[in-house]
Amino acid sequence: MAERIILSARELDFYYGHTQALRHISLDIPANQVTALIGPSGCGKTTFLRAINRMNDLVAGARAKGSLAFHGREIYSPDQDVIDLRRRIGMVFQRPNPFPMSIYDNVAYGPRTHGVRGRERLDGVVEQALRAAAIWDEVKDRLKRSALGLSGGQQQRLCIARALAVEPEVLLLDEATSALDPISTARVEELIASLQGQYTIVMVTHNMQQAARVSGRTAFFLGGELVEAGRTERLFSMPRDKRTEGYLTGQFG
Amino acid sequence: MMRAALPPGRLLRNVLARLLLWLSAAATCALLLLVAGYIFFRGAPGVSLELLTGRDSVLEGTVGILPSILNTLYVIAVSLAIVVPVGVGAAIYLTEYAQNRRLAGAMAFAAETLAGIPSILYAMVGVMVFCTALGLQRTLLAGSLTLAVMTLPTVIRTTQESLKSVPRSYREGALGLGAGQWRTIRTVVLPSSLDGMITGCILAVGRVVGESAVLMYTAGLSTAMQDFGTIQGLMRASGATLSVALYVYAKERSDFAAAFSVATVLLVLAALLNLAALLIGRRATRRKGGGHG
Repeated sequence: MAERIILSARELDFYYGHTQALRHISLDIPANQVTALIGPSGCGKTTFLRAINRMNDLVAGARAKGSLAFHGREIYSPDQDVIDLRRRIGMVFQRPNPFPMSIYDNVAYGPRTHGVRGRERLDGVVEQALRAAAIWDEVKDRLKRSALGLSGGQQQRLCIARALAVEPEVLLLDEATSALDPISTARVEELIASLQGQYTIVMVTHNMQQAARVSGRTAFFLGGELVEAGRTERLFSMPRDKRTEGYLTGQFG
Repeated sequence: MMRAALPPGRLLRNVLARLLLWLSAAATCALLLLVAGYIFFRGAPGVSLELLTGRDSVLEGTVGILPSILNTLYVIAVSLAIVVPVGVGAAIYLTEYAQNRRLAGAMAFAAETLAGIPSILYAMVGVMVFCTALGLQRTLLAGSLTLAVMTLPTVIRTTQESLKSVPRSYREGALGLGAGQWRTIRTVVLPSSLDGMITGCILAVGRVVGESAVLMYTAGLSTAMQDFGTIQGLMRASGATLSVALYVYAKERSDFAAAFSVATVLLVLAALLNLAALLIGRRATRRKGGGHG
């Protein structure tokens, strides 16, 4: 099966001031699959994820060298429209971060930002996004209530709905289940599985079992370098690099 | 049990320390009650509808503080109308936009220092700049402008504090959805920090209401009714706010009954302002606590 590459890094270096966080990363991310980024803390996986939608721009002194392309276009090119980039590449964060507004307004925030107007259209977008995030049945009777009243797991699915409402092509998940209990985690994992095929998903996870369960491809980062990447089954069963094997068998982490 | 187990020396020091702390607290409360109680005792009988809605008349021998109340409202309204947009704008720039951290730090330090300067210095600046150089003379307008300058640091600082207390995750959430920086600030950051800003404004109003030195030099001492009905009247109006009127009644006319009545009105006003700040502050904490639950 020919894979369409949607994101492509070539010799990507990333710096925070004088600290180099990523070294010579070359990685292709195929469309409409789940790619998991794994590795110990500080290995650069989150930096790589946040480089994709330029969320790292918020950090003073952050800069990229080398190539990181989305649909063949350089993400760090000076004429890149960051707002458009972030519309097409959505992000879900480690801790659920619904805005202190109603459930409805949370989901409608993105569409409104990008110019969707009119009660009926917004209603439609909100319902569709909440259904896609498998939370519609739980919140349909309380759309006007504050999103802060939801449980942590519900809040995280709401944040996924909020990201889906702007109809992105790529969804970045930054340890999106690490703050959740096991049952909520299972529901979010189910949700991720149901979304692949429609969306390209890149997820950072500390949880190797999660990577094995959910992802089609896995990339292993260590010390700012990409050690190994490939199909998840292959990488977990026959790691090519000694360091990958060491990490997977729990010799460090 | 615990106390019995302590050696006698430590027990004594414990008791002594508690006693001294209790005495300090009691002395503070007693002083406050004494001052407030005395003012109330002397002033409250004189507070009447006639006083609050009338004006001074030498012919009829009446005292009325309506002009001073209106002057106070004028000064509050005009200085807030200037200090809120400028102060909030400056705070947003310093907190959200300024790239140069050292410049932002220097400005924050400057604001902090300016907030601690004795108000008489602001009076001097007001006289030189607004009354003289800009030709406003001694008017409520000049006084309001001077007070706007004086309260600017307070408003900037409280606004910056409340902006900084907005969780980073809110900003990231909005930016991650493709919202621009200004949209993020307008729709997510400002609404979440509104309570803190309102508290800052109330503090500013408190300083405006309590200020006398600045206004004596820049706004005038008249307790006569000013013409607030026309633009020209508003530009030229010159007179005493309640705090200044207190000085005028006590010092220049030796009318202590009137002075104490004004003091009572000021006291009630100050209490109400503090209460409002407290309630809004409490609401803000509760809402932020809920945000993490």
